[in-house]
Amino acid sequence: MSKLISAVLAATLAFAGAVGAAERGRDGQVNILFWQAPSNVNPYLSGGTKEIEVSSMVIQPLANYDPNGNMIPTLAAEIPTVANGGVSSDLKTITWKLKQGVTWSDGSAFTADDVVFTYEYCSHPDTGCSTMNYLAGISSVDAIDAHTVKISFAEPKPFPYGAFVGATTPIIQKAQFADCMGTKAQECTEANFYPIGTGPFVVKDFKPNDVVQLEANPNYREAGKPAFQSVLFKGGGDATSAARAVLETGEMDYAWNLQVEPEILAKMAQAGKGIIVTAFGPSVERLMVNQTNNNAAEPNRSEYMDGNNPHPFLSDYAVRRALSLAIERQILVDAGYGAAGQVTCNVLPAPAIYASTANDECKTQNTDEANKILDAAGWARGSDGVRAKNGVRISILYQTSTNSVRQATQAFIKEMWKQIGVETELRNINASVFFGGDPASPDTYGKFLTDIEMYTNNFSGTDPEAYMNNWTCAEISGKHNNWLGNNVPRYCNPAYDALAKELSTAGALEDRTRLAKAMNDILMQDYIMIPLIHRGGVAAHANSLGGVAMNAWDTEVFNIADWYRK
Amino acid sequence: MVRYILRRLLIAIPTLLVISFVIFAILDLAPNDPTGNLPMTVPPETREKIRLSLGLGEAMHVRYYKWLVQFFVNEPLNILEQSFGIVIGDSGNRLRVLSWATRSPVVDMIVERAPQTLWVVGLSYVFGILMAIPIGIIQAYRQYSWFDQVGTFVAMVGFSVPTFFTGVVAILVFSVQLQWLPMIYDTTLEVNSWGNFILQFKQMIMPVMVLALWQAAQLSRFMRASILDNLNLDYVRTARSKGRNERAVLLIHVLRNSLIPVITLIALGIPHIFGGAIITEQIFRVNGLGQLLIIAIEGADIPTVQTLTFLFAFLIVLFNLIADVLYGILDPRIRYD
Repeated sequence: MSKLISAVLAATLAFAGAVGAAERGRDGQVNILFWQAPSNVNPYLSGGTKEIEVSSMVIQPLANYDPNGNMIPTLAAEIPTVANGGVSSDLKTITWKLKQGVTWSDGSAFTADDVVFTYEYCSHPDTGCSTMNYLAGISSVDAIDAHTVKISFAEPKPFPYGAFVGATTPIIQKAQFADCMGTKAQECTEANFYPIGTGPFVVKDFKPNDVVQLEANPNYREAGKPAFQSVLFKGGGDATSAARAVLETGEMDYAWNLQVEPEILAKMAQAGKGIIVTAFGPSVERLMVNQTNNNAAEPNRSEYMDGNNPHPFLSDYAVRRALSLAIERQILVDAGYGAAGQVTCNVLPAPAIYASTANDECKTQNTDEANKILDAAGWARGSDGVRAKNGVRISILYQTSTNSVRQATQAFIKEMWKQIGVETELRNINASVFFGGDPASPDTYGKFLTDIEMYTNNFSGTDPEAYMNNWTCAEISGKHNNWLGNNVPRYCNPAYDALAKELSTAGALEDRTRLAKAMNDILMQDYIMIPLIHRGGVAAHANSLGGVAMNAWDTEVFNIADWYRK
Repeated sequence: MVRYILRRLLIAIPTLLVISFVIFAILDLAPNDPTGNLPMTVPPETREKIRLSLGLGEAMHVRYYKWLVQFFVNEPLNILEQSFGIVIGDSGNRLRVLSWATRSPVVDMIVERAPQTLWVVGLSYVFGILMAIPIGIIQAYRQYSWFDQVGTFVAMVGFSVPTFFTGVVAILVFSVQLQWLPMIYDTTLEVNSWGNFILQFKQMIMPVMVLALWQAAQLSRFMRASILDNLNLDYVRTARSKGRNERAVLLIHVLRNSLIPVITLIALGIPHIFGGAIITEQIFRVNGLGQLLIIAIEGADIPTVQTLTFLFAFLIVLFNLIADVLYGILDPRIRYD
């Protein structure tokens, strides 16, 4: 495998060398269609995927992730590791060596001071920086010299690549943003729309929520790149018509996030004008199983109460396992996702080294087994066909956000659960309410006043530690933390917490994969979350567009400097 | 008349204040969160910090007061400064109404987008009127003829089939099948040559015609009804018995009287032009005010929604007044003093 990768890399490099001799901007314009339009070009203030995508063409981090999830140096000269001395042996500091001779698009020199400033900008308490969590645990960021930055952590940090790796935390120019710290950050419209960067393109014209025009950066450090002189980054409309503009009319070269019904997309692709590409990151559509009593009459509704407020029927292991076994996941993939989905039995399905095979039982539906489990556990069918025990009926209120694919999935699952004597009532809630954090709203996913809820979660970067920490006892969502905790099922297992603690100090990759897999297996085998679909990103590009490398770990345009017209 | 207008304008002030408060209160009470659309990787504590940085930590009446000051004092001062190139007071530290999504002044976004909306929706309104009036006249004059029947049928279809359907059908036919017209409105196109003018014309055909059909469908019904009302009145019989030809009866006597209610309707419809055609703009990707409003609503960008809806409310109040005044001018029987 590694031989294959190195062969491909060598071929790419040779090819890059060949075109490197050509002139910058020789291929004219590339048209990119994002049906959700970017609202600004500062990822620290917006945090949305669309803004991160557009800004990644302009401002760059120290290192990016390639399509396989490996780190590649961007503004750094190399990736620091314990082996090359870049990461200290006590795992408390990481020292980045920056590339020499990099300039900003205005011609001034890029130095370590800019990295230090970026840290100060985002960590300022009043900035409202949306990627603050990437800086978690950092005690200081210091410039050792003009091209060396040392990041120190308060505690040993086994995976010290959170800050400034990947498109979510790019380096901004100190000279431009110096007056935009704290509360002033909101008012710096000029800087937020036209950031000066080190990337292959600069923003020429920005119309918020509509269109961005970018020009090749005349000071870009690689000769002959980018091949395109300009980028038109158009927003608005909907996913289906975006796919149509690339695959059927050919007006656009690239379209992003094509959540379109599989058969419609396949039909469009038959026009032969473009290609559909996918990439699978860590996104998993899953069911959350409420472990607390959510009865409306309960004064402590959906509160954990140290385990003294259990759910009337979902606290029974047999019920949770039966619910998972009764689901035919392939149907859900075929109906709603097509190329954009795969059946999964893990909440941690990627990177590939972390994917467990211990839970594959869920891949095939087994209604008979599910019925047997429920019979054995004493849940008997009543006259209405719904199972009950001691007067408790298995009647599930199942919520999710409003989205046609999700509602179709809900309807399928309702029917599958009917086969095992489970009654299901469906609800859907507007996404901005459901995923919002308004403590006054009863309908947020964090409050979780229903029995089951469904959504997709994932993590950025390739290290799952923070993500797996979501289900420790300390993270339980409740009134005490304004329902902002990440442990939405309200699950508490000392064995799981012990593994999480071990993971926080494990430095070697083998240990980290073993621990993360074990944590995934605990969650899966306890059926606290029922994974359904491993979701991938789907994009389409014109046949004439070359160099696209669909990437689930970084932005889809992370290598736009290498894109070209065939 | 002047006293009447003054009185109406004075009443409008408390009306608009009440409207602005009601809009603010509704938006504030609705369960909406500007951080709700962020990826799940952004943790809850960070979301809380973002909300605080947007000023959501303050009490509702404080935020309402701030909006009032920003909108009614700071924004007009800013417009004065920009149009006359002068500096009034401490303009560097004067806070403008900032969008939560773009962190840029809302008024600047409205100024940037208003021309597209006025061109596309405004032109469709003009075309709609130009189509509706003659169709309505002929339909009424030749009541129950085949032209009337077909016209009624087309109007019913045009009015009841939503624009998001006709728009998509138009795209499928003219962009995908025939490949005559572009399906994406190029908002970066500058009309500075004949070639670009033709491109601009081509990209405007579909959105304008889809909307014009819908406008014409409604107005032609009103026009027809209004002419029919007048045709049976005594003054028409008098005109005919005086020996005036049919053309003069219809186009001079009947038309002028029938236009009075239709003109009122047209005036009342003008604020809706500024409101944009939310769905049509979204389908053709026209960066107009309607699209801005829908994006702001989806993203819980309350300052933008608040400012836009208030502007629409203001225009509706204004054009109601204009319609009333026009009515008085056109119809001598109506006097306000």
